[in-house]
Amino acid sequence: MLTRRQFIKAGIVGGAALTAAGLFYSRGLKEAPAGAVPQGLTLPGRTIIAAIVPAILAGVLPAAGEARQKAIVQTVDGVGVAIAGLSAAAQKELAELFALLGFAPARVLLAGLWPRWEEASAADIAAFLQGWRTSRLGLLRSAYAALHDLVLGAWYGMPEAWPAIGYPGPPEIL
Amino acid sequence: MRDPFLEGMGSGWEVIDASALVADRTLEVDVAIVGSGAGGGIAAEILAKAGLKVAIVEEGPLKTSTDFKLREADAYPQLYQESAARKTKDKAINVLQGRCVGGSTTVNWTSSFRTPATTLAHWQREFGLKELTVEAMSPWFDVVDRRLNIRYWDLSPNENNKLLREAAWKLGVSVAPMRRNVKGCWNLGYCGMGCPTNAKQSMLVTTIPAALGAGGLLAHHLRAERLLLQGDRVEALECRAMQPAGIHALPYRVLVRAKHFVLAAGAIGSPALLLRSGAPDPSRLLGRRTFLHPTTVSSALMDHEVRGYAGAPQTIYSDHYLDNVAVDGPIGYKLEVPPMHPVLFATTLQGYGEAHTRLMGEFANAHAMLALLRDGFHPDSPGGSVQLGDNGAPVLDYPITDFVWDGVRRSWLAMAELQFAAGAKRVYVVHEQCEGYASLDEAKAGIAQLPLKNQLARVVSAHVMGGCGMAADEKRGATDVWGRYRGLANVTVCDGSLFPTSIGANPQQSVYGLAARNASRLAEELTQRPAPALA
Repeated sequence: MLTRRQFIKAGIVGGAALTAAGLFYSRGLKEAPAGAVPQGLTLPGRTIIAAIVPAILAGVLPAAGEARQKAIVQTVDGVGVAIAGLSAAAQKELAELFALLGFAPARVLLAGLWPRWEEASAADIAAFLQGWRTSRLGLLRSAYAALHDLVLGAWYGMPEAWPAIGYPGPPEIL
Repeated sequence: MRDPFLEGMGSGWEVIDASALVADRTLEVDVAIVGSGAGGGIAAEILAKAGLKVAIVEEGPLKTSTDFKLREADAYPQLYQESAARKTKDKAINVLQGRCVGGSTTVNWTSSFRTPATTLAHWQREFGLKELTVEAMSPWFDVVDRRLNIRYWDLSPNENNKLLREAAWKLGVSVAPMRRNVKGCWNLGYCGMGCPTNAKQSMLVTTIPAALGAGGLLAHHLRAERLLLQGDRVEALECRAMQPAGIHALPYRVLVRAKHFVLAAGAIGSPALLLRSGAPDPSRLLGRRTFLHPTTVSSALMDHEVRGYAGAPQTIYSDHYLDNVAVDGPIGYKLEVPPMHPVLFATTLQGYGEAHTRLMGEFANAHAMLALLRDGFHPDSPGGSVQLGDNGAPVLDYPITDFVWDGVRRSWLAMAELQFAAGAKRVYVVHEQCEGYASLDEAKAGIAQLPLKNQLARVVSAHVMGGCGMAADEKRGATDVWGRYRGLANVTVCDGSLFPTSIGANPQQSVYGLAARNASRLAEELTQRPAPALA
């Protein structure tokens, strides 16, 4: 959880971080091999979502092994598809969010995360989510809400998620 | 399963898929109709049957019963604005709106209410709409009842609805059955994903086929960008073809020339089109006073299976907290229940990780209730405004005021009380700081402490209204009592943007009734003959 002082600092650094993140974002897009990134989810976005999925879906993802990896990848793919269905303006905002979170100084200041996304522990990620969820800044709360909806929407939209919640799936109409 | 829409297309209906265009086009018609939802559909049938050549322009895709596979992952991106994730400007309210042929009528939950008498009386008093009496509107609602088979639901309510009724009976809260626009309904519970059996009498299976059968034209994947004005007349509607996925535009334009233009793009789309077009707006009313029925949610864990995903989604409601308060006093609310499907439920519920997983584990035993707040009747409830964002895309700014927040807290308490009366073991009002209450006393203490802040409290909306409000004079309304846009001689607004306040009930039949009335008058004006009967 960030303190008020850190927020004020973040506000000052935020502008510079956004500018730098914009550069990072455009570079990231150029470096991505064509076809490798699902439409709507940028490469930094993919990394970040993959790091967040296990925290949001704690207790429902397969515990370990290949099944777990597969479930995470499927969810990240689902998030990509969901983002591709958003308005152009919403897609741009999310790309900016992921660019910002992929930029180390912003990640540390705004998300309170020292380790890189790939190396952050479950506890680190959970602390970041909790911080944004209850943040004083509406912007961060709404970013949390977007991550919440994207990940949970992608997971519970998949038939693989339904047995655990006792949902039989839609009826077949012939 | 038959697909009457595909059969109709096979019989020679004129349908243009603009995503397949490879060049610009020009269409010449009598009436251009923007939007194929509740207002556009009704207007299209009446005007086409009057012998006028109509073109219906729809930004969304054409999806028919064959496409409706009842999967949220497919339905929300295909059939809803912004994949069902449309947000207000500050992202405090998630707005569900259809975007497909049939508009929201293709995906709504079939709840049918006439405009309440209290609402009409308020419009007469505050907006000078003397003509809109219960007596004057009843024949139009009767016509719509017949056309769309609106009648009381005669099967047993599903368990989710039944719990609302039982709770209300226990507490002495008034409760009533709903009317629905269905014919031969299978009671599946998937209305929000498009009706796979064509039982829902949406515009997709009623008025639009009728209009096409009468020689009308439908162009889908076609975004209405601006009205081309010449003095006080609209000369043409400039449209842009959309890519098949529907998010980004193609380079091709379609120009629709017409004698008259009917705007039925919904209460975000219609004001936005007029704003983009630079329509005259001397009293600065255009896109103002937009209402949402801000809606709060409470989930409860029952000791038995509820299976809220199965069965007609909305069949019981309570107007207790509307009818027993002054319409222009502290905000009142209507109580209903939502259909419960995994994505809708999981994304609405607060929290993440283990806590969220535990709530989802109780999915089959969960009961959920909604409170729809009746906004727009009090000076402290001015609603929101439609603005233009990047590339002219509409943005709805709807700040949640203290007046609305007060109702949010009261609605949580009322829902919790009802849910405990129905036997709930635990109640979770949808707020990030609510971890569930085990008793009514606990809920009272907890709810009193919940901070009323954007995003912490989950607020949603499925009803966008206003923005081109009717009034007797130009100081109070952008449109007159016939939906004619002041300052443009050949534009009729024909959707929920006409409402000067919210409705205080699910608005589809209010749109149908007004559209039938106004489109009939327009048909008479344009043809100099009596208008054809809708039903």
